[in-house]
Amino acid sequence: MRIGTLKTSYAADEALFDSSVQRTLLVLLALAAVAFPFVASPYWLFLACLCAINVASATGLNLLTGYTGLVSLGQAAFMSVGAYTVAVLEIRLGTPFLLNLLIGAGLAAMIGILVGIPSLKVKGLYLAIATIAASVILHFLFSHWSLTGEARGLSMPPARLFGISLDQPFSLYWLIMPVTCLMVLGAANLLRTRIGRAFIAIRDRDISAEVLGIPLLRYKLTSFAISSFYAGLAGGLWAYFFRVVTPESFPLVNSIFYLAAIIVGGMGTILGGILGAVFMTLVPELLKFVANWATPIYPDALAALAPVRTIVFGGLIVGFLIFEPRGLAEIWRRARRFFHLWPFRT
Amino acid sequence: MMAAQAAPAARPILEVAGISLAFGGVRALTDVSFQVPEGSITAVIGPNGAGKTSLFNTISGFYRPQAGQISFAGESLAGVRAPERAARGLARTFQNIALFRGMTVLDNIKLGRHAHLRTGVLDALFYWGRAQKEELALRAEIEERIIDFLEIQHIRNASVATLSYGLQKRVELARALAMRPRILMLDEPVAGMNREETEDMARFILDVKEEWGVTILMVEHDMGMVMDISDHVVVLNFGQVIASGTPREVQGNEAVIAAYLGSGDVGELSRRIKAEAV
Repeated sequence: MRIGTLKTSYAADEALFDSSVQRTLLVLLALAAVAFPFVASPYWLFLACLCAINVASATGLNLLTGYTGLVSLGQAAFMSVGAYTVAVLEIRLGTPFLLNLLIGAGLAAMIGILVGIPSLKVKGLYLAIATIAASVILHFLFSHWSLTGEARGLSMPPARLFGISLDQPFSLYWLIMPVTCLMVLGAANLLRTRIGRAFIAIRDRDISAEVLGIPLLRYKLTSFAISSFYAGLAGGLWAYFFRVVTPESFPLVNSIFYLAAIIVGGMGTILGGILGAVFMTLVPELLKFVANWATPIYPDALAALAPVRTIVFGGLIVGFLIFEPRGLAEIWRRARRFFHLWPFRT
Repeated sequence: MMAAQAAPAARPILEVAGISLAFGGVRALTDVSFQVPEGSITAVIGPNGAGKTSLFNTISGFYRPQAGQISFAGESLAGVRAPERAARGLARTFQNIALFRGMTVLDNIKLGRHAHLRTGVLDALFYWGRAQKEELALRAEIEERIIDFLEIQHIRNASVATLSYGLQKRVELARALAMRPRILMLDEPVAGMNREETEDMARFILDVKEEWGVTILMVEHDMGMVMDISDHVVVLNFGQVIASGTPREVQGNEAVIAAYLGSGDVGELSRRIKAEAV
């Protein structure tokens, strides 16, 4: 139950987390995230890192598709730009990993801007097709260029910090988790300012956005740049995490995965990107668990895992579109509302 | 009736000179000229399809006229795109409300200030220093000047999709005021409103003129309101200016009465139909 909230300054009302309950939960969550690597098994740490990478990328796509309304199927391709850049820099030059990550993300952002240029003229499905074309071109480039190891791809040394190799999920967790948190926080901040408002305005009604003084092309390209910067950074983290980058690391299906993640999570909410990416990352693991459990009864369960996974993904997308189009974030919002009003109105 | 004396001979803030606009063979506007004196309320009236909204869209920068020139505050608007026109102080509302449904009332209003804010992407990502200072100053100004003025405190955190039509119109006015307008173009500000809402809106429009010193150019069908609050009326019919002057002058104008009510001459009507059929 929550009996009114009293705010005495505009700063308090504009804060990202505006109630003490929220702030307390956030501190608890942060403590849990810090404690997690010390109690979790390497398997769970591996999953946590993978979730964080996917959250970073999905948040970027959410800025572009959920907030600006530009459908993109190029997120995995932008990730591959970040991943290959990091791998090449690490192998050839051995520059510090933070610098590599930033260069990879910057390069991805530039390619994102190029891919975004048609967005002034084409929208919706047509833009999605244009981004697919860009991913196909990038895939071809990476699989035929000697610098990127052609079809064999690249395998790279681990990131090093003060002489320590970050090659275990435990050590990588301390790189990936903070970077992802900063990225999500950055996205949330962005949406509190004129840039975030301009994105939403373009999504909701682009013509009146223009009359309000928002130059469409500039903001659409800004959205593409930020989104692919996020993808490039996520791709760089991915490269340090797996240390093998091949043309097949980032197939088109992965772009669909990220789109599905923000649909399931809730487009146009920061929380939606987080929940959706975590949920979609964990569903296959859950299925593996179910398959292991079912093996004594149905011996072929593990073999059936791959096709079942695809079916479950498809089913989830369709199910969410029909029954909960605003995604997991909306379920969370309803649950919060219930507790705010309880016991006066349920 | 309120005094509708001719505005003092102020210099025109908006000058439309010889605008012609055609879509293929359809001539939406033909040689339209008029001036909007600074600090006045100017109304554009005319029957449906007379070209009022086309005129607004041309002034906003959506349509490029085939001939003629529009000057705003002494500068030509030729080649100036819509966002830049907004930044110069040309604000407008739309006939069919154009609020952003995914945002709260407060965010919709804040959006109006977009062109005058300076926050860049990096400032925004970190929300330090300039971005935060700018946002808080904007919030304070909107609360104290606009929300308070338009009496919409109770809905500031509501999603616009949940509001009544009259309130949505008022939020749209609030957003236009946040644009720091020098001229405010209102496309049918009271269409579909009941008498009470219309009176509220008329009061707000007069207050905007008096307290904010903003010039108003509006398209409106509610003749009672137009005649009550305008200083200057321009009448369009079939894309041409058929009369302009003070409300009193326009009300007595033969051509205006004919445009609205028909001439009453059956012979003239049948001649016109025959002429159009040819």
